[in-house]
Amino acid sequence: MAGELLLEVENLAVSFRSRGAVADAVSDVSFRLHQGETLAMVGESGSGKSVTSLALMRLLPDAPQCQVRGSVKLRDKTGSGMLDVLALPEPQMQAVRGNNIAMVFQEPMTSLNPVKTIGAQITETIRLHRPMLARAAEDEAVRLLDLVGIPAPRQRLTAYPHQLSGGMRQRAMIAMALSCEPSVLIADEPTTALDVTIQAQILDLLKRLQEQTGMAVIFITHNLGVVAEIADRVMVMYSGRVVEQADVVPLFQQPLMPYTRGLLRSVPRLDLAGRRAGALYAIPGNVPDPRRPPPGCAFHPRCDSFADGRCNVEAPRLDSTADGRQVRCLRWPEFVA
Amino acid sequence: MSSSIFDSSPGDSNPGGDFAAREAAIALPPRNTALRRFCRHRLAMAGAIIIAILVLGSYLGPYLIPYDDTFIDIMQRFAPPFSGAHILGTDELGRDMLARLMMGGRISLAVGFTAMVISMGIGILVGAIAGYYGGIVGAALMRFVDAVLCFPSIFLLLALAALIEPGVASITLLIAATAWMDVARIVEGQIRGLRERDFAVAAEALGASDLRIVFRELVPNAVAPIVVAATLNVAKAILLESYVSYLGYGIQPPTPSWGNMLNNAQIYLTSAPWLAILPGLFITLAVTSFNFLGDGLRDALDPRMENH
Amino acid sequence: MAPYLIRRFGQAVLLLLVVSMIGFAILHLAPGGPMAQYAIGSNMSQEDLDRIAQQLGLDRPLPVQYAEWLWRMLGGDWGTSFRDGQPVLHVIGSHLGATLQLMLTATLLAIFLGCWIGILGAIRRYSVFDYLATIGAMVALSIPTFWFGLVTIFVFSVELGWLPAGNRETVGDGSLLDMLHHLIAPAMVLALVETAIWSRFMRSSMLDVVNQDYIRTARAKGLPRFKVLTRHALRNALLPMITVAGLQMPTLLGGALVTETVFTWPGMGRLFLDSISYRDYPVVMGILMFSAAMVLIGNLLADMLYAVADPRIRLG
Ligand SMILES: Nc1ncnc2c1ncn2[C@@H]1O[C@H](COP(=O)(O)OP(=O)(O)O)[C@@H](O)[C@H]1O
Ligand code: SF4
Ligand SMILES: [Mg+2]
Repeated sequence: MAGELLLEVENLAVSFRSRGAVADAVSDVSFRLHQGETLAMVGESGSGKSVTSLALMRLLPDAPQCQVRGSVKLRDKTGSGMLDVLALPEPQMQAVRGNNIAMVFQEPMTSLNPVKTIGAQITETIRLHRPMLARAAEDEAVRLLDLVGIPAPRQRLTAYPHQLSGGMRQRAMIAMALSCEPSVLIADEPTTALDVTIQAQILDLLKRLQEQTGMAVIFITHNLGVVAEIADRVMVMYSGRVVEQADVVPLFQQPLMPYTRGLLRSVPRLDLAGRRAGALYAIPGNVPDPRRPPPGCAFHPRCDSFADGRCNVEAPRLDSTADGRQVRCLRWPEFVA
Repeated sequence: MSSSIFDSSPGDSNPGGDFAAREAAIALPPRNTALRRFCRHRLAMAGAIIIAILVLGSYLGPYLIPYDDTFIDIMQRFAPPFSGAHILGTDELGRDMLARLMMGGRISLAVGFTAMVISMGIGILVGAIAGYYGGIVGAALMRFVDAVLCFPSIFLLLALAALIEPGVASITLLIAATAWMDVARIVEGQIRGLRERDFAVAAEALGASDLRIVFRELVPNAVAPIVVAATLNVAKAILLESYVSYLGYGIQPPTPSWGNMLNNAQIYLTSAPWLAILPGLFITLAVTSFNFLGDGLRDALDPRMENH
Repeated sequence: MAPYLIRRFGQAVLLLLVVSMIGFAILHLAPGGPMAQYAIGSNMSQEDLDRIAQQLGLDRPLPVQYAEWLWRMLGGDWGTSFRDGQPVLHVIGSHLGATLQLMLTATLLAIFLGCWIGILGAIRRYSVFDYLATIGAMVALSIPTFWFGLVTIFVFSVELGWLPAGNRETVGDGSLLDMLHHLIAPAMVLALVETAIWSRFMRSSMLDVVNQDYIRTARAKGLPRFKVLTRHALRNALLPMITVAGLQMPTLLGGALVTETVFTWPGMGRLFLDSISYRDYPVVMGILMFSAAMVLIGNLLADMLYAVADPRIRLG
């Protein structure tokens, strides 16, 4: 890992409480993120990816309804120390949000305020963290819109979100997120709602911007095909837990956890498209309800390597392998052999 | 960005009747939590109990008290409440207030209930025909509904009441005539939605006649919103009765109703305020109870019912 | 925006046509129909009446009569009052100001209070305040307006002596302060139901907006909660309230009628009641049609305002 450590998450756990029931949406998530690095967070819908990222931003609901435990340390943009994000008072946290760590959301259609112009929404962010005159902020917004590849950026300042296409809106969202040069950018399924061709463009844009700024990116997706494009390292999540973590190449070459294997098999592959169009593999069953997780390995009801009497009894820990990978599976040593 | 209550609004020119807005405000979609549901449930229960007490009191009460509502006792005029033999005092003719409130309650509740039944009948019929047939017939009927809703119901009610000989039956009919439109809309919407479902198609295939399909298959499915609308409609009818009677064009004295008891109470506001306060209190109590009951029923019958 | 407004306008015209048909039907239901004026003051013989009926064209087919009646209405000829022989529109016009003043004051009061209560209820959802506001709104919606008026007079005029018990001004005074003094109680009474309606809709609208993605985006920028509320949530939450405002006309008019009666306020509602008691059918019919037109115009205005306020329609 090239750059300095920017983000350190340890034993992050999030639980929601509603009507007496407690849902452990995220538990025991730990990872580190360095400058210039892209970490992909992968998993099916409901596996806790968004909750994890919202916890990093401290954007989850307040205490009685939602509880966040563990520790999140973020490098201070100005000083050299690490900020204890979860302990930061709200006013200080507001100075961190959008400034040190920014976020791009899944739905470009609904994530921008429909009654405010693109320009107003971007300059608002700029002026929130970088005191400057309105005119200067406008020029800066034009520069940013240009940077994210929006044509005729100055005219776009007065456009309303609905006047832009989905792809353009997502670019505007990215421009807004980048406006204060955050050291960490979280992109929560930024391309899921877009057409395939637009998806590719946005991915290219993110890659280019990352090279230019050196920021670290947490890229959330449920599509491993996208991961191969963009990530350095992959963190696979299942039922709120990290189940495998590895660099992108080894993970694709030899997935250790049966869930990762299943995900890989469900990636549409261009080289097979001609022969087996439409016959895409899907992991049978569904993500468990976090209020009633299955005993033992959370994946056992759907696992093709399930060992009765073991997998449904003993909860696997997150093991570290000799080559620096992490995997949460009782049988992984057998798969290496 | 629109919630269910607004879904129909921006794209829909339909104005509401003057009580429609009240009702729509009552009928906001529920946002459920355990506490809220419990609270609604309790308020609805309280509403039901109060309604039961008011009905029983109005119908049985007069047999239990020693005064007749029509007995004039000039020596006992303006006896204040809680001070003598007349528990709730007497009016300007020395008539017992409690007895009058009970007899007035009979009329007001009966008019409210009957008007509800009639207006539901009209509303369901019009809505069902419009919803089932759709097309030009449906559009014409619903535009008629819209047009009637353009007249504030009190204006319409008074204008019509001025044209007829006022009596309990005719006033009840007129109230029903100005209160059926919202029901028609609800039923039309429900049935238009249900019409597309396959069981209606199946019934059609079996050769059932049009009307049989509407009333045997479709209407029962719209029963939850209809029951809720019916409950709220009683509240509306009681209010309307009180308005016209207060203004002098509703139930005519000496027959007491909660509304007409207020008719000339304003004159005695300084000397005998209970004449004004008591009947209004009962109207408010009854209307609030029906509204809370309707609200609770909506929650109980279908927690996901958000189409109003 | 133009096609949208043209369509709304077309719908309004169509509705007005149906409204006028209903009005015409009621007119012919009146005892003596359009002839009532002559039938009531009857020192005329049957022959005279027949002759007048013929002159008025009442022997012609109903559709022809309707078309002619509508044409006269559109031309501003709404007939003359039986009571004082004045043109109906003139009579209505001379009472309209008082009604509009009352309705406008009550509406402003209700919007201010209702929005405030609704917003507070939404951001403190399920708090004690929220429960009280919800229950309070339900009760307010159940109180007969005229009775609330009587109670208000009893408390503020009879008991406390703070406010006048009725009328628009003290005879012989007529200063602005005096008029405002008279306005307080009726405006408050008329505003009660409206406040309840506004608070309910505002709460619901605010709750809706608060859960939108763009609110999360605004928070993710680092905006403090309060600014998220004022800069991002409020404008969006207020938008649908324009439509709500447009739908208030019937409630307001109905409420104004009884409020004016209780407070002897010289507006259109009282005129309507007086006209009914004098059997002044042209004025009764006129006000009925006029109020329906106001309802329609209220809706149309709200649609137009909405189109201006919402960029998605304005530019869409
Ligand atoms: N505000 C919330 N209240 C209760 N449960 C929530 C809330 N947000 C998310 N969850 C639950 O947390 C789990 C993880 O959700 P999420 O992180 O959104 O999944 P994804 O991986 O698709 O982004 C889900 O089971 C979801 O139901
Ligand atoms: S622990 Fe067992 S059930 Fe879980 S992934 Fe490994 S093999 Fe499958
Ligand atoms: Mg997600």
